[in-house]
Amino acid sequence: MKRLLCLLAAVAGFAAAQPPTAIAIQNARIIPVSGPAISRGTVILRNGLIESVGANAAIPADAWIIEGEGLTVYPGLIDALSTVGIPEPPPPIVAPGGGGGQRAAALAAPPSATPPARGPEDRPNTTSWQKAADLIRLTDPRIETFRSAGFTTAVTFPTQGIFAGQGTAIDLSGTKPGQMVVANSVGQYLTMLNSGFGGGFPGSLMGTISYIRQIYLDADHYKKAKEFYAAHPRGTPRPEYDRALEGVLESPRILLPAGRRVDVDRMIRFARELNQPALLYGLPEGYRSADLLKKANATALINLRWPEKPLETDPDEIDGLNVLEIRDQAPSTPAVLVKNGVRFAFYSGGLTRRSDLLKAVKKATDAGLTSDEAIKALTLTPAQIYGLADRMGSIEPGKIANLVVTKGDLFDERTQIQYVFVDGLKYEPVPEPPAGPGGPNRGARTPAPGDQQ
Amino acid sequence: MNNLFLTFALGVSLTVAMAAPATVIQNATILTVTKGAFTGSVVMQDGKILEVGEKVKVPQGAHVIDGTGKYVMPGIIDCHSHIAADSINEGAVSVSSMVGIEDVLNPTDIAIYHALAGGVTTANILHGSANSIGGKCTVIKTRWGKDAHDIIFEGSKPGIKFALGENPKRQGNANPFNSTAPRRYPATRMGVEDVIREAFVEAQIYRQTWKDYNAKVAKDEAALAPRRDLKLEPLVEVLEGTRLVHAHCYRQDEILMLLRVADEFHFKIRTLQHVLEGYKVAKEIAAHGAGASTFSDWWDYKVEAADAIPYNAAIMMKKGVLVSLNSDDPELMRHLNDEAAKTQKYGGLTETEALSLITINPAKQLMIDKRVGSIEAGKDADLVIYDKHPLSNYAKVEKVFIDGTLYFDRDKDLTDRPVKAQEKQTLLDKEKKNAPAGMRRPS
Repeated sequence: MKRLLCLLAAVAGFAAAQPPTAIAIQNARIIPVSGPAISRGTVILRNGLIESVGANAAIPADAWIIEGEGLTVYPGLIDALSTVGIPEPPPPIVAPGGGGGQRAAALAAPPSATPPARGPEDRPNTTSWQKAADLIRLTDPRIETFRSAGFTTAVTFPTQGIFAGQGTAIDLSGTKPGQMVVANSVGQYLTMLNSGFGGGFPGSLMGTISYIRQIYLDADHYKKAKEFYAAHPRGTPRPEYDRALEGVLESPRILLPAGRRVDVDRMIRFARELNQPALLYGLPEGYRSADLLKKANATALINLRWPEKPLETDPDEIDGLNVLEIRDQAPSTPAVLVKNGVRFAFYSGGLTRRSDLLKAVKKATDAGLTSDEAIKALTLTPAQIYGLADRMGSIEPGKIANLVVTKGDLFDERTQIQYVFVDGLKYEPVPEPPAGPGGPNRGARTPAPGDQQ
Repeated sequence: MNNLFLTFALGVSLTVAMAAPATVIQNATILTVTKGAFTGSVVMQDGKILEVGEKVKVPQGAHVIDGTGKYVMPGIIDCHSHIAADSINEGAVSVSSMVGIEDVLNPTDIAIYHALAGGVTTANILHGSANSIGGKCTVIKTRWGKDAHDIIFEGSKPGIKFALGENPKRQGNANPFNSTAPRRYPATRMGVEDVIREAFVEAQIYRQTWKDYNAKVAKDEAALAPRRDLKLEPLVEVLEGTRLVHAHCYRQDEILMLLRVADEFHFKIRTLQHVLEGYKVAKEIAAHGAGASTFSDWWDYKVEAADAIPYNAAIMMKKGVLVSLNSDDPELMRHLNDEAAKTQKYGGLTETEALSLITINPAKQLMIDKRVGSIEAGKDADLVIYDKHPLSNYAKVEKVFIDGTLYFDRDKDLTDRPVKAQEKQTLLDKEKKNAPAGMRRPS
């Protein structure tokens, strides 16, 4: 058996080149998430899919066997809102928020940059047609870092702009970007970006909101105009092709930022007005917004990077009670939402190191979330939210063979991840990158969704 | 702090909803503004004023507040405020009628609580003055602790901000701090007029486009509906008289210009805001039917605000203009009663006239006077209890009711302060204890 394991380890490096036809993980504890835990059982993987799972699943003759004694098998983790796979974008042409927008724009914009928008008709800060699937670069080192932390799937989004573009669910394995794509358009990422006073339109939050509203009215009109033209091509001026509206129309749902309770309230109403299925992301004040979320039957994407005191503040400046309370209470959001029956998934918010992720989850479990619920928020729930639960999110026959195999409980900090299976390919985690200067969660972070709330 | 207030406000409104016991303020000086002043009582029930008079019937089980020696006046109405919103100016365009304050209301702005503590119960939250035609306005009640939608003055008429003079033309001129900053038309007062006229010509065409479309539909002809334009829709509402225009202005020449443009397009300016030179053209303002909402004695903060006098409000009032005093500022908002008092010194207004500048007159300007602005049976129970006459600058607000619910209580505020300070210290200590080693400071 030991020899077989050695062999397997050796093969793992070439896994992509020559995968075994079938793999059986036997005698392991299995957490399918969709059903009760199996204290001792077998998972069989074939052709990148889960063939069977159970206490007594028969091991096919052609399967490579992995001894799972003392190991636990979980479904692969899903980062419900991510930028993994999309290399860092160049600095935005227009700096978000505040009065400095104009100057920042003047400094950042090359001479040939687009002139400031004069109104909604110029489609400012809009790349709604852009799909994450088309932006993926295999060279992004975060693919491996995330995978080593137990993530097998990321729902990755372009994040620059008001209508930033369409997200794509990708599996963190593959030799070509196209192989990674699980679903190429799962939603449109929106921010409340504005160019600040003195820049182009929109220069304010209310300008951005009115712009988004106008875009949906325009999209509706665009659809009707095309239909009308198809029915009456003679005598009707042809409607102009508009890629911004095309992108909006092909997005199955929208993601809206919801930092404070005020924003939760505002965005719930806005999504209802726009008549769009919506996911609210961020939610540091989710613990004090549960009533609103419950009443609206809303779905939340909770940023695991809990708010903390920024490093660069004046040490003599004392924060107000409200800010202090949010920093203290934010990690109780998941537990409060469970209690209120609000559906939510976690997203990494730029945390890439497993130790940081564990610390973040621990804060939530310390505040009352059970570890079963935490696992669900990183597996089955995000799959359900994006309509992908028929193919991932739990250990069930026929689903994609995305698994995390650990020695110990997933959220125990002493636990080591033994293997990560993505599309049936076995990976062993690489050591964690060092923490940036200033302690954990700091420094080495890349900009992440929800940063600019 | 927020939470404390939430539970507090919730608790009160719940009791109102369940059993609806009445609240009676007894034996106080009642300044009704519209029906004189007298020593008597006010009964509030179900959010409304049930009865007011020298003698009232106290309903069974009513909560009685002894008002001996105290003064009760209607909640103050501020016709020009910029609190309670996450953005104020959409300065990128000269016509920003597509934006609206309602979209960005922030009910957690502490300025709401401060205004409430100054006796303000209703405020017209205006878009800023960066552009000739600004955004849509929202009238709110200072219901501290409620969510955004619940602070909106339900049923109030929609409004829109216009602005004349220096502010809207400023961005048309070179920015002394940034020569590469894009300039925006207009750069002159003539240009401001042109922007407004052009916008309304566009709105007329837009209105006609929809009329033509509806006519085709009525005749069962195949037709594609026009594109909805969020910039022009509010302007059509102005043309139809369903949206009130509140116009920021200073100089008499531009005031007359705006009245003429409005006449030309057959709409009304509901209020002129600031209108510091209004005293020069009060007759013309009255003839147009515009109201004026001004400051008592705040001027000279820029060139166009130089030729002002503290008699402005009184003179305009005497010439038949409907006048109010506004704050335009979260600090000034906390003592509008002092501002009203100044018109007694400058202009010789009576007590009632002075109080009307911050109560019934702004209510009329905002067309909410059937609901608020005076103490009369049937109106909203928005009341302020002062310890002294509100036109004295020694007067302090003791309690504020909105819709019959106690939203501010000075005693409670004072007793809550040490509790909140303790709460804050506890959180600070906890954060210090849990800070990563690198973050700790040597003591």
